[in-house]
Amino acid sequence: MFVPCGESAPDLAGFTLLMPAVSVGNVGQLAMDLIISTLNMSKIGYFYTDCLVPMVGNNPYATAEGNSTELSINAEDPLKSSKEHTLYSLPSRKLVALQLRSIFIKYKSKPFCEKLLSWVKSSGCARVIVLSSSHSYQRNDLQLRSTPFRYLLTPSMQRSVQNKIKSLNWQEMEKSRCIPEIDDSEFCIRIPGGGITKTLYDESCSKEIQMAVLLKFVSEGDNIPDALGLVEYLNEWLQIIKPLSDDPTASTSRWKIPSSWRLLFGSGLPPALF
Amino acid sequence: MAATFFGEVVKAPCRAGTEDEEEEEGRRETPEDREVRQQLARKREVRLLRRQTKTSLEVSLLEKYPCSKFIIAIGNNAVAFLSSFVMNSGVWEEVGCAKLWNEWCRTADSTHLSSTEAFCGFYHLKSNPSVFLCQCSCYVAEDQQYQWLEKVFGSCPRKNMQITVLTCRHVTDYKTLESTGSLPSPFLKALKTQNFKDPACCPLLEQPNIVHDLPAAVLSYCQVWKIPAILYLCYTDVMKLDLITVEAFKPILSTRSLKSLVKNIPQSTEILKKLMTTNEIQSNIYT
Repeated sequence: MFVPCGESAPDLAGFTLLMPAVSVGNVGQLAMDLIISTLNMSKIGYFYTDCLVPMVGNNPYATAEGNSTELSINAEDPLKSSKEHTLYSLPSRKLVALQLRSIFIKYKSKPFCEKLLSWVKSSGCARVIVLSSSHSYQRNDLQLRSTPFRYLLTPSMQRSVQNKIKSLNWQEMEKSRCIPEIDDSEFCIRIPGGGITKTLYDESCSKEIQMAVLLKFVSEGDNIPDALGLVEYLNEWLQIIKPLSDDPTASTSRWKIPSSWRLLFGSGLPPALF
Repeated sequence: MAATFFGEVVKAPCRAGTEDEEEEEGRRETPEDREVRQQLARKREVRLLRRQTKTSLEVSLLEKYPCSKFIIAIGNNAVAFLSSFVMNSGVWEEVGCAKLWNEWCRTADSTHLSSTEAFCGFYHLKSNPSVFLCQCSCYVAEDQQYQWLEKVFGSCPRKNMQITVLTCRHVTDYKTLESTGSLPSPFLKALKTQNFKDPACCPLLEQPNIVHDLPAAVLSYCQVWKIPAILYLCYTDVMKLDLITVEAFKPILSTRSLKSLVKNIPQSTEILKKLMTTNEIQSNIYT
């Protein structure tokens, strides 16, 4: 259920909900971190359920100013605790972002999708964009030779953004064999390694929710470049920040890396090791 | 799939979890499978029992009893700290206990308790019954944590209470630029909710460090429902019962949460030392 930070629930009618799927390489979640951090979105509430593994930590988007305040007089800076599923918003762009920070408890992923989509409908959000990823080793020959980015639209979303997507020259996610080992098996949409992406997509189709899935084929490893790629892909459409094409000299460093990305590969090494 | 150094192809672990397998399991599930799954869920249910009658509480603990202060110790070192320094400084009455089963522990009966057995008990101070204490030395699994919260806090939490959680984590979990081997462990870190206004007696836990398990579940709950709460986390390199680790919690005795509850610190230290010796004998591998 949605629990607002303030006294009342904010009005999200007509907003676009951006959310990640917990998927291979955590690319969707990393991309969400970049969006929330770059746009400096403010926290508006929590999506509190029993479906995700609990975790807490200090403010993951703390800036240098925030840290220095902590050290000086105002030492007891209130914890902007990040819980496992927090909502942020940018009202000027009618954007609301949901960040997921932990994995689903066994058997709870489908109930989570149902609860989330039912909240999407009741809150009046106009559309949902899911950022996700899929195993790169599962690509077929054609996919290996093309761009690693794919999109998927629910029928109701297709009706409203078809022209825009066509103008971007994007590649739609191809259907593949439902059972890969069997030659005469039917063709359907499969997103291996995509976590709840397929469930969200299927449920949205049946509930007539406007949803778009943006994903990249990735492998596990240092997935920061993949996340940067995915946000640039999203940016081609939504133009959250100035698109690259308008400013060819800009690098992808225009996305702000959050402080929670420090030490992604563990603590420092003992010098005695060398 | 990925190829290892030796040329064998293995299924690489995926951070997405086992979502794909789970979905297929759901499709293939027979009525018998469902029955087994439901039986397992019933076995893993968390039950809160009244002390005297051993019957389940009809409502959550904090809906039944008024609470102004709640101190929760999770893990054997935190439990030993509260036992020696807080429970021995006043008269505490057991109100109930939590019974649960998972692959890592089965909670023991409160009547014949040894300090090595897993236990989750709730107590209140006789002289001020709105002050509660929880000693939780059993592991509460991730699918049981929400239930535990519901049974203890309920779904309509009061905001006018203050929660303090004490727990330990292994120092190798702590992320820092220097190597964890060079850190002066044990050391204390704190994490507090937005509504907790008092100062912590130690530095706050910096990003990118995070907390999991029951302490995280409690703090998350408090943050969402705007309850003032603070978690004191002791990073140590000895996870079993250890005197130095327990003593690392001592700075908390000067905080507003615990100051009024602690009477005789030297006596408590003696009690703690006795607790350690009893355990050392018991941890002989030949007994």
